[in-house]
Amino acid sequence: MSEFTISRRTVLAGSAFLLASTALPTIGLAQTPRKGGRLVVAADSEPRNLNPAIVASNGVFFISSKVVETLAEASFDGKDGLDPRLALSWEGAADGLSVTFKLRDGVKWHDGKPFTSADVAFSALQIWKPLQNLGRTVFKDLEAVDTPDELTAVFKFAKPTPFQLIRNALPALSSVVPKHIYETGKIEENPATNAPIGTGPFKFAEHKPGEYYRLEKNADYWVKDEPYLDEIIYQVLPDRTSAASALEAEEIQLAAFSAVPLADLDRISKLPGLKVITKGYEGLTYQLVVEINHRRKELADLKVRQAIAHAIDKDFVVKTVFLGYATTATGPVPKNDPQFYTADVPTYAFDVAKANALLDEAGYSKGDDGKRFSLKLLPAPYFNETKQFGDYLRQALAAIGIDAQLINNDSAAHIKAVYTDHAFDLAVGPPVFRGDPAISTTILVQSGIPDGVPFSNQGGYKSDELDALIAKASETLDTAARTELYKAFQKKVAEDLPLINVAEWSFISVVRDTVGNIANNPRWAVSNWADTYLAG
Amino acid sequence: MNRALTLIRRRLIGGIFVLLIVVIGTFLLLEAAPGDAVDAYIASTGGDAGMIELLRHNWGLDQSALTRLANYLWALLHLDLGQSLAFSRPIREVILERLPNTLLLMGSATALSFGLGSALGIYAGARPGSFRDRFLSIGSLALYAVPGFWFGLVLIIVFAVDLRWFPIGGIESIASGKAGLDRAVDIARHLILPVSALGFIYLALYLRMMRAGMAEAWRQDFVLAARARGLSRRRIVLAHVARNALLPLVTMLGLQSAQMLGGSVVIESVFSVPGLGRLAQEAVAARDTPLLLGIILVSAVLVILINLLVDIAYAVLDPRVGASEAGA
Repeated sequence: MSEFTISRRTVLAGSAFLLASTALPTIGLAQTPRKGGRLVVAADSEPRNLNPAIVASNGVFFISSKVVETLAEASFDGKDGLDPRLALSWEGAADGLSVTFKLRDGVKWHDGKPFTSADVAFSALQIWKPLQNLGRTVFKDLEAVDTPDELTAVFKFAKPTPFQLIRNALPALSSVVPKHIYETGKIEENPATNAPIGTGPFKFAEHKPGEYYRLEKNADYWVKDEPYLDEIIYQVLPDRTSAASALEAEEIQLAAFSAVPLADLDRISKLPGLKVITKGYEGLTYQLVVEINHRRKELADLKVRQAIAHAIDKDFVVKTVFLGYATTATGPVPKNDPQFYTADVPTYAFDVAKANALLDEAGYSKGDDGKRFSLKLLPAPYFNETKQFGDYLRQALAAIGIDAQLINNDSAAHIKAVYTDHAFDLAVGPPVFRGDPAISTTILVQSGIPDGVPFSNQGGYKSDELDALIAKASETLDTAARTELYKAFQKKVAEDLPLINVAEWSFISVVRDTVGNIANNPRWAVSNWADTYLAG
Repeated sequence: MNRALTLIRRRLIGGIFVLLIVVIGTFLLLEAAPGDAVDAYIASTGGDAGMIELLRHNWGLDQSALTRLANYLWALLHLDLGQSLAFSRPIREVILERLPNTLLLMGSATALSFGLGSALGIYAGARPGSFRDRFLSIGSLALYAVPGFWFGLVLIIVFAVDLRWFPIGGIESIASGKAGLDRAVDIARHLILPVSALGFIYLALYLRMMRAGMAEAWRQDFVLAARARGLSRRRIVLAHVARNALLPLVTMLGLQSAQMLGGSVVIESVFSVPGLGRLAQEAVAARDTPLLLGIILVSAVLVILINLLVDIAYAVLDPRVGASEAGA
């Protein structure tokens, strides 16, 4: 995704400034970093649990990534796309049975105690592996963590585990929490779960339910002279229109995660002092996917699935539903992924005639009313765009004689209907690509997943060939060979269509132009903001 | 006074039955809604089968609906509202934190709509059929027809975004360290827009009712008598006509309290006020049955109490009311 900023200032400054700004690594370099100030940010929800070691999700990271740090953070230019944080280096053994982390010296927890390898061992074995939503899969074979000295942690795996996977998992899955705080009592009920203690540039100060979260500067942060900000406030604004109004009224300075609806961006971008930024979310790609229930006899037929793929005008979806803030998809790995993506997969051009022909061939001819058969279509309610795409898909299907009945549910009801009850024929879902297909992508098509697991294959699809590919990749240690297997995986998914990938999108930030050093890494909104500042 | 006591006793006994029906009804309704608290939670986190099973067990959702209802009622008998699933905190604490904001918002909005509504109603009803009567009646009805959230958004755009007279939302300035009078002024400033949004909408009800009551009273014999006695017009309007039209408004006040609670759900979201209405909405979305039950119980108690107060006020204002009940 290319950098894309709009503001009256840049437009007025002319093309020279625009050219210059795209060449610079960060946005807003017009000012020099200044110390102090309170950054007020829009938040749309209050997570039940603020411990990122237990809940690795963007809603939690948005707040807690400033307090609790990971071993490494995603980076635009670092080696393997990583920058060191609590770990200085990481090395995988050739047999895939161990990974050695060298840790940063002189780091202190917010309560003053030193950070050591014991904290890493505790977090990995007692939290990531048994309790974390994503870690339970990635670290399932983690057997022990040896701590030969205070600054070395050696992860020992029971089965060979690809180092590439562990590396790719570091930015999201490796939040380290203090052993001395969590070792007594039940981890999930520890008070630090909702008032996190970490090593990050900001300390958790207070949460006023329904109003705000307040973080304050950690004066003992391990990076000298950072953080710049004195305070970060997350103001809870539950209404969809509030963030835009609050930005305009200068009550907040930043609305991340597309808190300002796409439809308002055009107007907002023309206001003086506000910028629209699409950079800084490259590592948080969401995929617009049509989930298919293969238990339906019609949908079990490959020709029908191909017909549906041909009936969807992906360019139209990007232009109309996402107002251009998205890209069309070719398969289960997004185009912006630097390691695994391949364009060498079967594609399905928008072609209604061909779709109709395929359906005729499959033996589903049109009835007297012009309909071939009808389907239940359940769009996920989490994003405006998934709901709008549901409306579009209904029309697109009508054009090929498939009568789709839209069923709109709220989150809880949608999760139950699709992933537990399988009471759908087609569903629209927004799975997340997390930097490695093994983290949360292969389970979208893999067979044998128990009922009730959200964002997984609950459509009854089973392909021995795909299952074998996934199993082989999970134990292939060589990075190049593993990458090739995932390319074959993408090809097979695009060929067999267990689901249909339509588009890929990420979020948009709207920010006051006084905020500096933003969007300078691929997971910026969920990174630590140590170098973010407010110009006077 | 004896009469009032009897009334209170009767109402309280009735109230307990109402509460029991409300609790069981709400529980069954939420039970019938697809998806449970764990489904709502994993929508934002994901997780594997083992984690989901563990959550259901920890949150007590693996028990049968009947067991959970029985446990809830048993705890309620001991005045224990239980633990919120969505917030993992005691419900009593969660509700007490929000209740004052909602009461403040509702109370001010009710005062505004009742006070201004009846005053304008007297003004309109002093000359039924006049231009000012028609203008006020139509104007207030137009306001009444406007959806609450839209009116709120318009107020925000005009007074908070464009003019910047008031903050766009919240209950007070964030971590401002204000105390005492400063803080009270700050809260008042934050409440002006939401109170206006909520209050102006219901203003029409009181205005129309006052006006209709007065139009009716003008045709009564006692007004004719008052005129014949040569009383001033002002005195007739206030002491004779308006006073007789006032009673139905008091009834309305009781009925309205329940509606206000409903209306505050929308207004609290639009203005980001951390109140009970918004909490109820979050509880439904999170399928947090015990929290929603707690909110509804507290709301029901509020409505019952307000109606009791209204009944007492009524009995004081009109000696005929309650006489038969007390005598029976």
